[in-house]
Amino acid sequence: MNMESPRMLKQTLKWSALALALVLPLAAQAHKLWLLPSATDVSGADPWVTVDAAVSNDLFYPDHMPVALERVVVTAPDGQTAKVENASTGQYRSVFDVHLTQSGTYKIAAFNGGLFASYELNGEKKRWRGEAANLAKEIPAGAKNVEVSESINRVETFVTNGKPSDAALKPSGKGLELAPITPFTDLAADEPATFQLLLDGKPAAGLKITAIAGATRYRNAQDELDVTTDKDGKFSLRWPHAGMYWISASTQDDKASVKPAKQRRLSYAATLEVLPQ
Amino acid sequence: MRRLTLTLPAMLLAAPVVAADLNVTVQIPQLDVAEYHRPYTAVWIEREDHSVASQLAVWYAQKESKEGAGTKWLPELRQWWRRGGRDLQMPVDGVSGATRPAGEQKLSFHHGKAPLGQLPAGKYELVVEAAREVGGREVVRVPFTWPTSTPQQLAAQGSSELGSIKLELAP
Repeated sequence: MNMESPRMLKQTLKWSALALALVLPLAAQAHKLWLLPSATDVSGADPWVTVDAAVSNDLFYPDHMPVALERVVVTAPDGQTAKVENASTGQYRSVFDVHLTQSGTYKIAAFNGGLFASYELNGEKKRWRGEAANLAKEIPAGAKNVEVSESINRVETFVTNGKPSDAALKPSGKGLELAPITPFTDLAADEPATFQLLLDGKPAAGLKITAIAGATRYRNAQDELDVTTDKDGKFSLRWPHAGMYWISASTQDDKASVKPAKQRRLSYAATLEVLPQ
Repeated sequence: MRRLTLTLPAMLLAAPVVAADLNVTVQIPQLDVAEYHRPYTAVWIEREDHSVASQLAVWYAQKESKEGAGTKWLPELRQWWRRGGRDLQMPVDGVSGATRPAGEQKLSFHHGKAPLGQLPAGKYELVVEAAREVGGREVVRVPFTWPTSTPQQLAAQGSSELGSIKLELAP
């Protein structure tokens, strides 16, 4: 027991930090949360993909924190939840397999929603995160300047077995989501791809989209591609070269669905594969 | 015996003009590499908007395995896969077959008959794509106009995974 206690404490600290990282809007923090599939187009009688899930600055190098596996949800082409297999969490990344038993497009997502509060207690700044039901009892009575915000963060990637389909891509209508106009797994270098950003299921106009190609370690600049969504929430990206790209958007509003939160922070990110011509 | 020797060359000469509307020669180059596998190869015809007008051939490993009879690696023919290969249910009669060895592979297609089918008048591209295990990938395109009033010989040259691609059109 004596041997285990410090380790358990360390684990607890690590997981609370991880939970915090998941809750903070992506734009407000340096680290990027990503899912990296081993392939986005598969075929054959028994296809599988393996997926890395991590939080890091560099794309796609796990060197900071793993993504908690309980946040990961895989949606099969028939719209039902599919199993995550052979899952494991290491120091820097989580790894899991997806067995693509159906043909069509799978959505692999890490979703997080919750409340975040900052307050002052005896002149000291404190932070809290958790479920709405626990807010009242977990924030001390003497707390001052309590500010509560709701966050909805979504990170996704897509894998298609055979022909693309869109039943797994139906928007939930909650927070920021991406709808395909060009299929997500149909991207090629130097060809424009068009997508639609949705906020609560409606077109999200005038939001900045950032795309960054992976392998950032091997170049001296982020080389971001920035575009802004049009009045219909649509935007086009012309991929300069083949590779895995991480695209992201974030925003905030005052449409929090849970009291006493006023502000709502939302983010969306996806890993998309672009193949050579 | 005499009659035979006379008619055989005559038949060979006449064959491309009378019987075949579209002849394709795909040269698979001889490569001096430590580990060689015959390339997966696809041959198809694209319309100007890159949609597939006709699937002519796809050669892939026919071996049986738990993962599928070589079909696991078909997406490696990336353009073919994206442009319509994934719409096919393998095997396709008269289209799919085993990988071919280095050398000139000759294919003949007849207008109005599968797999070429009816090709409406217009501009097209013959596309040949090859992808080799532990090797490279290459796409070669030969633009053409259909139909033709005179016999035509068109060609394009690959540089790595494909050699010369010849297209013969007969009116």
